[in-house]
Amino acid sequence: MTTMTLGRTGVPTKYLPVLVTGCLLVAMFVVGGIRYEGFASGQVILNVFIDNAFLLVVAVGMTFVILTGGIDLSVGSVVALSTMISASLMAGPGWPPYLVIPLVLVIGSGLGLVMGYIVHAFDIQPFVVTLAGMFLARGLCYTIGTDSIPIEDPTFTAFAQDRIDLFADLWISPSVLIAALVVLGAVYVLHYTRLGRSIYATGGSEQSALLMGLPVGRTKITVYTISGFCSALGGVLLSFYMLSGYGLHAVGMELDAIAAVVIGGTLLTGGSGFLLGTVLGVLVLGLIQTIISFEGTLSSWWTKIFIGLLLFVFILLQRVFSARSRR
Amino acid sequence: MALPAPVLTMSGIGKQFPGVKALDGVDLRLLPGEVHALMGENGAGKSTLIKVLTGVYPADAGTIELDGRAVAFGTPLEAQQGGISTVYQEVNLCTNLSVAENVCIGREPRRRGRIDWKRMRARAAELLSRLELSLDVSAPLSSYSLAIQQMVAIARAIDIDARVLILDEPTSSLDADEVEQLFRVMRRLKEEGIAILFVSHFLDQIYEISDRMTILRNGRLVGEFLTRELPQVELVAKMIGQELAALERLHGEAKVFDRPLVEARGLGRQGAIEPFTLTIHEGEVVGLAGLLGSGRTEIARLLFGADHAGAGELAIGGTPASLRTPRTAMTHRIAFCSENRKTDGLIPDLTVRENIILALQATRGWTRPVPREQQDELVGRYVKALKINPPNPELLVGNLSGGNQQKVVLARWLILEPRLLILDEPTRGIDVGAKTEIQRLVVELSDGGMAVLFISAELEEVLRLSHKVGVLRDRRLVAELPNDDRLTTDVLLETIASGGASNGAAGNGAASGADDVMANGGRDS
Repeated sequence: MTTMTLGRTGVPTKYLPVLVTGCLLVAMFVVGGIRYEGFASGQVILNVFIDNAFLLVVAVGMTFVILTGGIDLSVGSVVALSTMISASLMAGPGWPPYLVIPLVLVIGSGLGLVMGYIVHAFDIQPFVVTLAGMFLARGLCYTIGTDSIPIEDPTFTAFAQDRIDLFADLWISPSVLIAALVVLGAVYVLHYTRLGRSIYATGGSEQSALLMGLPVGRTKITVYTISGFCSALGGVLLSFYMLSGYGLHAVGMELDAIAAVVIGGTLLTGGSGFLLGTVLGVLVLGLIQTIISFEGTLSSWWTKIFIGLLLFVFILLQRVFSARSRR
Repeated sequence: MALPAPVLTMSGIGKQFPGVKALDGVDLRLLPGEVHALMGENGAGKSTLIKVLTGVYPADAGTIELDGRAVAFGTPLEAQQGGISTVYQEVNLCTNLSVAENVCIGREPRRRGRIDWKRMRARAAELLSRLELSLDVSAPLSSYSLAIQQMVAIARAIDIDARVLILDEPTSSLDADEVEQLFRVMRRLKEEGIAILFVSHFLDQIYEISDRMTILRNGRLVGEFLTRELPQVELVAKMIGQELAALERLHGEAKVFDRPLVEARGLGRQGAIEPFTLTIHEGEVVGLAGLLGSGRTEIARLLFGADHAGAGELAIGGTPASLRTPRTAMTHRIAFCSENRKTDGLIPDLTVRENIILALQATRGWTRPVPREQQDELVGRYVKALKINPPNPELLVGNLSGGNQQKVVLARWLILEPRLLILDEPTRGIDVGAKTEIQRLVVELSDGGMAVLFISAELEEVLRLSHKVGVLRDRRLVAELPNDDRLTTDVLLETIASGGASNGAAGNGAASGADDVMANGGRDS
């Protein structure tokens, strides 16, 4: 019973959720293309990537954590902290970006490492530990400053406003390129390294993974570190996008990231899911926003309503699939 | 003939858990190229000893020597690297991963740091073919049965260059052919010079495969014996610490049953069990025999309301009833001890007392808590009656051995004084002593007027206890045989194998085929 026949073609059960998300995305694009003029262009898709590159990077980190059966609520705050540190160091002492960016990445990874260590060593639920991390990082933003700090460093702004031209008038921002590299790297790690397989095994059954002699503790610490790194990198990309640092940036982004991962078909209990699903999940979220902006009259809160409905549908779908594959 | 030097020597091992002395001065030595059986009742400390050896628990006292060097494994990983592989009683694999990965994870073949999936699948397939298995190694493990998963676990264990292979009850979920297959593999590994530590409750298997055995009782060492020099009766006596009266056929006279308690007519559920007709009388023990997955558990679940019947009708005590939920079944005083006590039955983090009182409290509702004195009194009585060991109701159930956990589940339902008690594999993974106690209990309960539906994979046990036996095959109740002198395990096996068709030929005059079962059920009611 490894395959369930869909019509005539056999699709392995494990790819079904990703397939459903993919179909949804295509359907949304087709509907949008029929309804709105100028919607069905390549640049609209690319804009979704450009506007959501930071979310994509954050969601990649979240996917690692969720695959082990954990959760990371601190990502939004770490994103905000990263924008704040970048902006303040460039504005105040006038540090150059090539010093600031690595520093921010180290701080983000360090925060993840500490949270991961606490989760593992004291055997505390990740929800609680990262909740503490979330408050801590958000609070630290305000010790740096309560107002928005603009970024005026010439190298930084130049890079942020750079366009990479593709063929036929299509373009992307450097952030998209970075996000794409992160995605490819993450796919490689998840599917072609021992760390990646240990992540899946830990999510499948932590007890079994331990008895099979896998380094479960190290794996758990590593995924939170990766998530911390991705959040910090997401923060840097967000500062490219916003050109400012602010303690109120990325409020609730952890929930967007979790939503993207779940819509992408990854099980919150861990052990099952694909990074491609997360990419599609982020695209679905982005496309909802695009459709609502094309509609023009709808309030942006409709985005939340659609995300809410989609989440319900996907959670039910997962339930149906897992119930069926158990037979 | 001089003995070769032992690969592994454990001496004076002690281990203390809160409130329980699990091991006390236990010695064990394993010789290369030998199958060594570790024997003892439930709670004798077998599992604990294995966990100490493999680094799951640290030992409180004693030393472990591997090849003459003192070792202390802090984690299962260190033990594996030291050459000690273990296949645990519960299959400890990741069912979300593919078969190949389950065999190879942690030591995947790699090329320039990258996992070489092709080579990994080839290696897994090759290892499995050593066990005479051919599987789709890229399929997820969850798509295979428990028995196959067990074999995959063994394939994993021998992939590591194991010098010591520990098999902790590997046969409890395997059928006869699969056991034979496993034994072939064990003999081959033995010839390669691997020392095998084997734990099983099936004495026949022990005598078939093992060369030497170490017996434990209550966490202490009884002694080490050569298997061929120790008769089975003496082994059992040493395990339980007293002479064992032969397990006689427990039911003497055939009783007359005239008060039907539960009557199922054409009860069935799509995809689970085909419509069946079965009558259970007061004071009657009805056995269900059949292979794993033949629909035994499904019948039990229907009668308990755990699954909803798609067809047919059910009468309890003569009045039609619809069991939509287990709760309704409980109000009809039907109790169900499930097959899987770990996942469906017990809450390991609660104490023995809390676990036992659970069902009683549930029937009363949370607004009327059971007074503490009444709890203590009831629990104390059942702990004593069922000989739950250690007899301390405030211990966490998770710390008890398998047989004692089973008794706790039993006690929980007995407290409700059910009219129908459904026991699904109550004696699986339980030692001889506890098994006899549970069997005696069933007889006593039925003599007291309770109806019992008894499900077991062991035909002797079904035969010994039941007044009549329902035989299942391919999710269908194929025959209902009265348990008289002519009914033997051979006849049962024959019926299971032939699907009831050749019963007439076997000459026991029993009902055969679904139509006859209907007729039989009709006559009973």
